Amino acid sequence: MTSLQNRFNPQALAAGLVPQSREHWINVLLVVGLVGAAMLAHFLGERFYVNLASRIAIIAMAAVGLNLALGFGGMVSFGHAAFFGLGGYVAGISAYHAFNMTPVLGIGFMPEGSTQMLSIWLVTLLVSGLLGLVIGKISLGTSGVYFIMITLAFAQMMYYFANSWPAYGGEDGLPIYLRNELPLVDTNHNLTFFFIAAILLLISLWLSQRLMGSRFGAALTMAHLNPVRLATAGIDPRPVKLMAFVISAMIAGLAGALYADLNRFVGTNMLSWHFSGELIVIVILGGVGRLYGPLAGAILFVLMETWLGGVTQYWQFWLGLVLLGVVLFARGGLMGFLAGRSKDV
Amino acid sequence: MTVALIVEQILNGLQLGTMLFLMASGLTLVFGVMGLINLAHGSFYMAGAFVTATVTATTGNFWLGLLVGVLAAAAIGVIVEFVIMRRLYDRGHLDQVLATFALILIFSEGTYMIFGSSPLFLSVPQELRGSVSLPFDISYSRYRLAIIGMGVLVAIGLYLLISKTRLGMRIRAGENDREMIGALGVDIKTLYTLVFALGAGLAGLAGSTIGALQSVRVGMGEPVLIMAFVVIVIGGIGSIKGALVGALLVGLVDTLGRIFMPLTLVSFMPASQAMSIGSAVSSMLIYIMMATILAFRPHGLFGSK
Amino acid sequence: MSEPLLQVKQLNKAFGALQATRDVSLDLYPGEIHALIGPNGAGKSTLISQITGNLPPDSGEILLQGEDITGLTVAERAQRGLGRSFQISSLADELSVRRNVMIAVQAIQGSSFRFWKPVSSDASLLEPVATILERLGLSDRAGTLVAELSHGERRLVEMACALALQPRALLLDEPMAGMGSEGTARMVKLLSELKHEVPILLIEHDMDAVFQLADRVSVLVSGGVLAQGTADEIRNHPAVREAYLGEETT
Repeated sequence: MTSLQNRFNPQALAAGLVPQSREHWINVLLVVGLVGAAMLAHFLGERFYVNLASRIAIIAMAAVGLNLALGFGGMVSFGHAAFFGLGGYVAGISAYHAFNMTPVLGIGFMPEGSTQMLSIWLVTLLVSGLLGLVIGKISLGTSGVYFIMITLAFAQMMYYFANSWPAYGGEDGLPIYLRNELPLVDTNHNLTFFFIAAILLLISLWLSQRLMGSRFGAALTMAHLNPVRLATAGIDPRPVKLMAFVISAMIAGLAGALYADLNRFVGTNMLSWHFSGELIVIVILGGVGRLYGPLAGAILFVLMETWLGGVTQYWQFWLGLVLLGVVLFARGGLMGFLAGRSKDV
Repeated sequence: MTVALIVEQILNGLQLGTMLFLMASGLTLVFGVMGLINLAHGSFYMAGAFVTATVTATTGNFWLGLLVGVLAAAAIGVIVEFVIMRRLYDRGHLDQVLATFALILIFSEGTYMIFGSSPLFLSVPQELRGSVSLPFDISYSRYRLAIIGMGVLVAIGLYLLISKTRLGMRIRAGENDREMIGALGVDIKTLYTLVFALGAGLAGLAGSTIGALQSVRVGMGEPVLIMAFVVIVIGGIGSIKGALVGALLVGLVDTLGRIFMPLTLVSFMPASQAMSIGSAVSSMLIYIMMATILAFRPHGLFGSK
Repeated sequence: MSEPLLQVKQLNKAFGALQATRDVSLDLYPGEIHALIGPNGAGKSTLISQITGNLPPDSGEILLQGEDITGLTVAERAQRGLGRSFQISSLADELSVRRNVMIAVQAIQGSSFRFWKPVSSDASLLEPVATILERLGLSDRAGTLVAELSHGERRLVEMACALALQPRALLLDEPMAGMGSEGTARMVKLLSELKHEVPILLIEHDMDAVFQLADRVSVLVSGGVLAQGTADEIRNHPAVREAYLGEETT
């Protein structure tokens, strides 16, 4: 039992990811609940809670990205903060140069940044996909515990690099003085920004669903469950996994770009290994391999952080205990608890 | 660039390598024998440093502090193994990562609760203060030199332990075949607890000695832990020899890179730019080295498979 | 006789001091079943694994339709038409029978990097899968999880996966093991029909089945070929009777 199979949800796979009816209703409830809560908070004038909902949506999106690699592809990446942080720095650096009207990276022929989210997102998808390709290519040459440590090490490399590179704030991070813009809408409006985040989250959820239901998804599922079977059928598992890793990196990167704009700040904490760990925790809390598990996990995690963090400054101590309990005793995660225990096979 | 500077930096690199070896040997043993990936190994490093600093501060005796610190780290290791780790040996790597990540949170926050958020200070013992004179007019910190010496002793000790003793024979048997060792009639649970305690004690030793060079604070184990991961990936997971070679390589490359990279770049570009680019690039050196080695040897330099 | 479809030439493989494969050469011709027999530990499965690419040989070469495939990966060999079933079932237990067979159909269509169209309504996948399952009498089990199947049914699903690849040569590792007399009879019937479509290299312990099916037989003992010939030659070969059949039948 060296793989994730014992944490896997066979029913969702066997059904070709057509959600079971109960799970389906819980998925709808999660989305409606989040959107409803944000709207309610807005009309009550509670800006803090609107931003909290945005935070949930963005972190859920990063976790949706990770879930593709970890839950569906069986790749335990302990370095997804690298992509999240990279996306954040793309947004931050772009805004910085647009503000100062200097060329990106100080190189003459580069454009002078941009404050347009659409172009920032495009660049983010490109560079985080490229980084995913490089890290994935090297890491997938190995397996098991090597994969975990190597993804962790590469994310740390990015972290230390950002820390010691003074041009973009080094360890102090980089503020975004004016939130980047979209045509036609006011991104500074809290509820509008929430809807931008929520729509991107829904798109990435929908994308994952299409992807996992497609031929590629079938190959990825088999690459995870039984790579020998896949190879015996004549499909090399490695490029399939690499592709999933790259897509996963792109989604996490895009979430990072949004996160920087939400906070109007990007710092090395977005690249830290704690964040990589938290993303895994969110995916697991939600239930691995469940399409909407990351959303359930993100809601649970951010609410715990907010409520427990308000009660005690040592809330992560309790998070640690809860997590330990989930790992040792409750293996289905929150979605497993809500949507019914999947049949053990 | 004088000979003295180069020699001094090589010694610094060896000293860092020694620390990394103490951490990496425990990690790699635990993985080799029990198949467990332990992210919380840095917590034993931190525990050793906190206990040593506290005992030294109350008794005024560093050596007593060091002894109690190492024993405390090993004892915490025994408890953690007994309560949690033995439930994880048969689980997948993901469960191990999650559970040990949870342990990091518990240990770090627990330490904040007990000791507060301000760092503790631990000073170098009287006997090892100051510096010694070496050939070529070099003077070098007595304490750092002692750390290197301790590393050599630990390496020899581990070698003797594993190649000459009954315990070592069982460890080697366990690395080769976990079922065979059960067939040999070895009490496998006790063996696992001993190995885990040994690893925790070595991490505690590293933390206690380094605590006198840096401040003793929560999270101090994390950078060392991640470098130790790089070390065992380079050396090959499960190999003590790999841990030694990897630790020295990483220690030397990291230390020398940080000094000489900016110095080299100065000849190509303005000094301020050379400093910033040099420090940023040198922080990536060990990871680049890791990637390069893995490209040719996916299971590390001394990996078994 | 026509050209051999699959040729194994002087294959060697050692694990430390143990010589698992010793100078093995054998041919598989179109339309035949070539049985590989030998006591446990004779190196039969190790040989199959080298032919399929799961294990690299130390020396020797493997040719499929005259093309050297010794350096190719498992997936590349499968793409060139090498189908196999495993001794220990290697299906994905967590998935349905249909999904297990479907991946093979998908593989020969060469289309795993299609990201959009749902497989659950893709007739070009579902129809070939249904045809194969019907042929093997598994139609009513299509939606069942592999984990819930009986041992014999798993063997049939393995066969279905191998057949879905429309292989040029089929390597079957003990397809009848643990099947019971009814299941064995059925498998024998299937294989005797199948050999006209695709030649089969068959590892099997059931000697009745072997001599009922095989056109030619190779006897493997401690990694090397002890004897090779038609079924009748092998049945009457003195060294074989002594070294192997004698042990088996007493």
